[in-house]
Amino acid sequence: MSTHPELPPAAGLGLKPEHYAEILSTLPAIGFFEIHAENYMGDGGPPHRYLSAIAEHYPLSLHGVGLSIGGSGPLDADHLARLKRLIERYRPASFSEHLAWSTHESAYFNDLLPLPYTAETLDRVCAHVDRVQHELGTRMLLENPSTYLLFEESTIDEVDFLAQISERTGCGLLLDVNNVMVSAINHRLDPRDYINRFPVEKIGEIHLAGYDEAKDEAGERLAIDAHASAVRPDVFELYEFTLGRTGPVPTLVEWDNDVPAFATLKGEAERVEAALARIRPAARRVA
Amino acid sequence: MSATAIEGRLAAAIRDPAMPVPEGLTSARGAPDRLRFAVYRNNVHVSLVEALAKAFPVTRRLVGEEFFRAMARAYVALHKPTSPVLIAYGRNFPDFVADFPPAARLAYLPDLARLERAWLHAYHAAEAAPLDAGEVLGRAPDELPGLSFLAHPATALVRSDHAIGSIWAAHQVETVKPVETGRAEAVLVTRPQAEVRATVLPHADIPFVTSLLDQAPLGEAAWQALSADPGFDAGRALRGLLALGAFTQISIRSEGPES
Repeated sequence: MSTHPELPPAAGLGLKPEHYAEILSTLPAIGFFEIHAENYMGDGGPPHRYLSAIAEHYPLSLHGVGLSIGGSGPLDADHLARLKRLIERYRPASFSEHLAWSTHESAYFNDLLPLPYTAETLDRVCAHVDRVQHELGTRMLLENPSTYLLFEESTIDEVDFLAQISERTGCGLLLDVNNVMVSAINHRLDPRDYINRFPVEKIGEIHLAGYDEAKDEAGERLAIDAHASAVRPDVFELYEFTLGRTGPVPTLVEWDNDVPAFATLKGEAERVEAALARIRPAARRVA
Repeated sequence: MSATAIEGRLAAAIRDPAMPVPEGLTSARGAPDRLRFAVYRNNVHVSLVEALAKAFPVTRRLVGEEFFRAMARAYVALHKPTSPVLIAYGRNFPDFVADFPPAARLAYLPDLARLERAWLHAYHAAEAAPLDAGEVLGRAPDELPGLSFLAHPATALVRSDHAIGSIWAAHQVETVKPVETGRAEAVLVTRPQAEVRATVLPHADIPFVTSLLDQAPLGEAAWQALSADPGFDAGRALRGLLALGAFTQISIRSEGPES
């Protein structure tokens, strides 16, 4: 169905049911749409009808939230089969998942939960990514998480951990710039240092979103990855800094809660397009 | 500690808000932090309550936001999803509502939640062309009694001692008009095209539709309905079912209509 071999280096938006009809009637200039794979795992009905129609006009990015790649248990074979069916049906330009876990024993927690970074977890995540790429027959992108706490057991830095996974499995990386900012605030890290050390040649997509803010027990800043507001200025600045290293990259604005009118999302996409346009003339170093 | 053991501790502490921050977790200042861990716990519970709120919009309107969220939180505490496909989450929420003492006063609530569950099932059911009325009504009259039908994947019948169809319909609009709740209703849920339909059946049609959805032959289903109500009109009822897209094809059973 889709004839798009890869995501364009343009601004994309998360596809929300509230906006199906408006998108189809106005066909806005958006680089691509991203869907959460699990929302399209019903057998049929309006979600598939709309998605099929939208896929006629736009490249699709398939973004999984429930595979539990960072989990200690084996991957869910049924879930992999469901993903494979979606990929065969919609031929998305990209498939991505998270460095996180969400299923323990048989319970699914519906959140992206953190894992310690050790030689043991590195081996296991690599084995999981190998299996995903083998079963789905496609190269995947793995996304850096946002985290609120640290593990005493961790012995490997997150950027090194991701770089080694990419090195060993051949997977690409999805750099979520909002997650970098959230984790940097939460763990008193320098977000630009994270970007500077990140293996930019492996980046297949960038995510942007809005975060919320609270205080922890000691009254220190606690940033929360909420996806319920516009991209904050500090994250946008970090995005432009990132583009300076990467050149134009497919960039998604995520807004999953308190979803606004489509015009508001389109405004966010236009901000991203403007940032991409500013760096395009100097973007020779990216193939 | 192995990573598996750490994951198990996190899972246990997410399930039980009374538990302390799991051992092995720390923060940039070198101490575990209850409020930081609470973000994970909160994400899990709030997102699952939200999934139920989306799946049961009328139930939620009937009891109010605060009551619904308290009831959903109680359900989430006991029942975690067993699959990342949240479309299927809350399948036994109506049974939970039936056994939830604070909701006991609203006798119709569990069946109304069952109707919402059937609606959601129909919304996500597989695509299938509804059986064309002409294919049935064009047959020779002596063939008709032996015909039975395969239900469309979206079709479900929800029966209740309460007026769940009328209550549900009244809550599809902004301003809810008063509904007489004490009357028994059976609601047929179908999806002939893209849109899900919820139709309150005439009382006389209930045994007929129930039999047909059990794949009883048309003659047998009509006979049962007629014995319950001599005024029953099988032709009208059948045309109505076909127009609602209740079936997807004729299934002619080899053993014949008398079985």
